[in-house]
Amino acid sequence: MIHLRNIHKTYNNGAALHVLKGIDLDIAPGEFVAIMGASGSGKSTLLNILGILDNYDEGEYTLDGTLIKDLSENKGAYYRNRLIGFVFQSFNLISFKDAQENVALPLFYQGIGRKKRNQLALEYLDKVGLKDWAHHYPNEMSGGQKQRVAIARALITQPSIILADEPTGALDSKTTIEVMELLRELHRQGMTIVMVTHENDVAHCAEKIVHIKDGQIENIELVNDTNK
Amino acid sequence: MFLDLLFEVRDAIKRNKLRSAATGFAVTSGIFLLIVLLGAGNGLIHTLENNMGEMALDAVSVSPGWTSTAFGGYERGRRIELDDSDGELSLRLDPEHVLSFHPEYSKSATITADNNKTLSTTLRGGTPYLFESNNDKATAGRLLNKLDLDEKRRVAVIAAPLAERLFGKDIEVVSRYLKIDGSMYQIVGVLYVKDNTSQYAETVFVPQSTLRLIYNLGNKAEDLTLKTQGLEQSENFNVFEKLLRKALALKHTFDPNDWRAVYISGGGDQAETMDTAFGAIRKAFWFLGILTLLSGVTGVSNIMLISVRERTHEFGIRKALGARPWHIILMVILESISITTIFGYLGMVAGIAFCEYMNAAVGNSTLDIGEVQMEYFQDPTVGLDICIEATLVMIIAGAVAGFIPARKTTKIKPIEALQAR
Repeated sequence: MIHLRNIHKTYNNGAALHVLKGIDLDIAPGEFVAIMGASGSGKSTLLNILGILDNYDEGEYTLDGTLIKDLSENKGAYYRNRLIGFVFQSFNLISFKDAQENVALPLFYQGIGRKKRNQLALEYLDKVGLKDWAHHYPNEMSGGQKQRVAIARALITQPSIILADEPTGALDSKTTIEVMELLRELHRQGMTIVMVTHENDVAHCAEKIVHIKDGQIENIELVNDTNK
Repeated sequence: MFLDLLFEVRDAIKRNKLRSAATGFAVTSGIFLLIVLLGAGNGLIHTLENNMGEMALDAVSVSPGWTSTAFGGYERGRRIELDDSDGELSLRLDPEHVLSFHPEYSKSATITADNNKTLSTTLRGGTPYLFESNNDKATAGRLLNKLDLDEKRRVAVIAAPLAERLFGKDIEVVSRYLKIDGSMYQIVGVLYVKDNTSQYAETVFVPQSTLRLIYNLGNKAEDLTLKTQGLEQSENFNVFEKLLRKALALKHTFDPNDWRAVYISGGGDQAETMDTAFGAIRKAFWFLGILTLLSGVTGVSNIMLISVRERTHEFGIRKALGARPWHIILMVILESISITTIFGYLGMVAGIAFCEYMNAAVGNSTLDIGEVQMEYFQDPTVGLDICIEATLVMIIAGAVAGFIPARKTTKIKPIEALQAR
């Protein structure tokens, strides 16, 4: 599903900062991978590159058979919309839209009609157990509920992968369990998930943990199945 | 898709009512002030136009004045008097340009209608050319003709408002009789005048030759009107004016540079001067109007700039979910256009309404300056086309004001937009 070959990324904010120093990583379809590392290790940068939110300087990144390199804004938007579902630490819901409208938004950019969009949005809200909250605004929901809305939004386009950036970073331990249970359920249904986290418990919900240090992969840890 | 974008715009406007209203106010007031300013300018111009009266382009008027300098042994302040010989002089002087001369004379007179109603009014000696050069029309009967003058007929043309005062409304007056200072005249026509404040609204016209005969005026003239050709342009007129003034100065013994001794004005020259003056007034009002419009445009640009900045994070989310640059640009432009259209339209309607109100309230009021009545602020309105154009300019400016900052945000990488707060 994902093939990274010798990915380099340097930021040039005054002084050059070499963040990723040659990442090689393969993720197979249906895998649930956690990326761990200290802050500044480059794990978020890696996820941003995987999500086509940022570009890279060197190497090759192939997503679902498509080479993602030097894309135009339009192409980038197209692949983000079709191939990737995002789950962010701060949810990134649009505050003046209700849950249903937030979930339906990616379909808007596919040119799907309002009626169909809303119907599908309701379906996916049902899948995350929030059908009754369809017409509530983000500020009327708890953190866990907001993250479930965000997951519904990530799923609605039936993407190839889910990219989750600290999905439990803003949640308490109880809702963390809820959200992780939801991600594991998706994994069981065959979804490819890549998640950045710095919490050990959360990382151990995945099958594989990629440890990153100073812009390079330190090791890949296979999680014992009995933990699940 | 487009309709959906409009829904998105509606949500965005609803979300920030105060900001949208503030932008809207700048637009509304800009358009409103522009229209009111142009309306006021038009009112001023219409008033000037109306009060100037219209002089035929081929007419040159020569009126006597008082000398303002001592000359040739005479003291200053001497009245110059004109008569037919001055008309003949101008004919001889420049036969190429002067075709004929038409003396005028007016005096006050007491008139009594055949219903015994008596009024004091102005009696004026007329010639066909004077009516022609003023573009006068008769509402009933006819105006004076050459035969009336040649035969010194005792006929009169009466201005419509005066006829109404004498005989009453909608009464047939043609062929009825008027007694003017003891002599009987038959009314042959009613002169159309625009309204009760026009120059000749209270005047009775009799043939110039008859007037001279009855009042024993000899060949005296109060004013002379010359029918000319080729003097419509100011430069030609100025040459002729100098020539005529010099000749008249020689004849009447006054300083040829004394412009107060005899007033000479040309219809074409006057029209040119007026056109220049009106052009300047129009330009001044447009200038002010465009400045107010610009302040409105600046208001819109500022607010859109802030709005786009504030929404960078939201645009980041939208980009992550698959929004293409044009989605975002179009959304911002539509928001901007919606605001300028709605509020520009409001300003336009309010501006037109205010102009109409001005028109109704003070549009036809008259200012009494002694015996002269002057209309001020006539028809202070603006054509709908200009209103719509101004609103369109505002809408286009709004679109540009939205486009520039929106394009800037689309150049930002999605991740940077997402990290913006």
